Amino acid sequence: MSEQLLEVECEIPEGSFNPVEPFLRMDRIPHIWCAGCGIGTTVNCFTRALLESKANLDKVAIVSGIGCTGRVAGYARLDSFHTTHGRAIPFATGLKLANPELQVVVYSGDGDLFAIGGNHFIHAARRNMDIKVICVNNLTYAMTGGQTAPTTPSHVISATAPYGVFEPAFNLVQLADACGASYVARWTTFHVKQLARSMEEVLKKKGFGFIEIVSPCPTLYQRRNKMGDGLDTMKYYKQASKIRHGAPTGECSLTKSGEIVVGKFIDRERPDYYELLQAQMHESLGDRYAEPEVGCSEC
Amino acid sequence: MSKGFVAINVERCKGCAFCVEFCPTHVLALSSAFNSKGYHPPHVVASDKCSGCDLCGMYCPDFAIYGARYAR
Repeated sequence: MSEQLLEVECEIPEGSFNPVEPFLRMDRIPHIWCAGCGIGTTVNCFTRALLESKANLDKVAIVSGIGCTGRVAGYARLDSFHTTHGRAIPFATGLKLANPELQVVVYSGDGDLFAIGGNHFIHAARRNMDIKVICVNNLTYAMTGGQTAPTTPSHVISATAPYGVFEPAFNLVQLADACGASYVARWTTFHVKQLARSMEEVLKKKGFGFIEIVSPCPTLYQRRNKMGDGLDTMKYYKQASKIRHGAPTGECSLTKSGEIVVGKFIDRERPDYYELLQAQMHESLGDRYAEPEVGCSEC
Repeated sequence: MSKGFVAINVERCKGCAFCVEFCPTHVLALSSAFNSKGYHPPHVVASDKCSGCDLCGMYCPDFAIYGARYAR
């Protein structure tokens, strides 16, 4: 049967390869993500953004916490850190301060970043740490069985809310905006080109960058709510999302089946943590302040 | 003569059909055959229409497909 499938109707030139493969630890593929899950799509966009931005891959580090999205650090063939639950941002902060040359990217899910690690997120955004946070938001705690997360919209059925969620949910872009992030954007897994461009932009931006990616979770979110599979969700994203760059983030909350406002909401210049630290030390210590020796002597 | 091609790794596919749905020129369709995990991978039905835009490669969550343009 499969031999019949392998018969290719296209002529494939020798030496061609999937552009995402050089970025993956191929010994770990196939990955564990469900059929129709959007995390793999966001990884594709991230690798395209890294290719386009021509970043030095020896200076890119991925940090992730626990969860389905947390596994990205294990699959990416970059310097990567799979940290404790919710603590991806503290690890990333330490990494960045110890070696400011590094481009530190936090790649994690909504439960990890906003429930268990919510405090770390708001303080990293307040300090304007020069790290980039990519949050794949599937609106639930997927790996543990679909419990209500702080991002789960009202009226949704979840494992811990069989009669529907009644708690108000976090609006992640508004939270990031209010805490002072330098760059805030939201896309869905349907908007692959825009997402790749946005990731490229955030990699070049100094300061705290935040991208929220709304992604399907067919096994634990869509199935319980009779919303179909991954493809049905992608069609819903296509039909319900509206690009509104610079929209006031307070008006962009996510609902169960309503409009999804996507786009780049915030792009502002603020001095980052390291600049502020140096400025303050120069001011109070003057010549007595010695720049710390940072970086890795071998690279 | 088509401008591009798609290459499919059928064993890695989980049959989500993102590539089939969002291919701008409708080059792909889900095959009726199974791979060894029991999913229906896509197959090429209109290879002459492929522009090699690699949108299928960007959508594929399982890194099982990619498109590219032929070198001229």
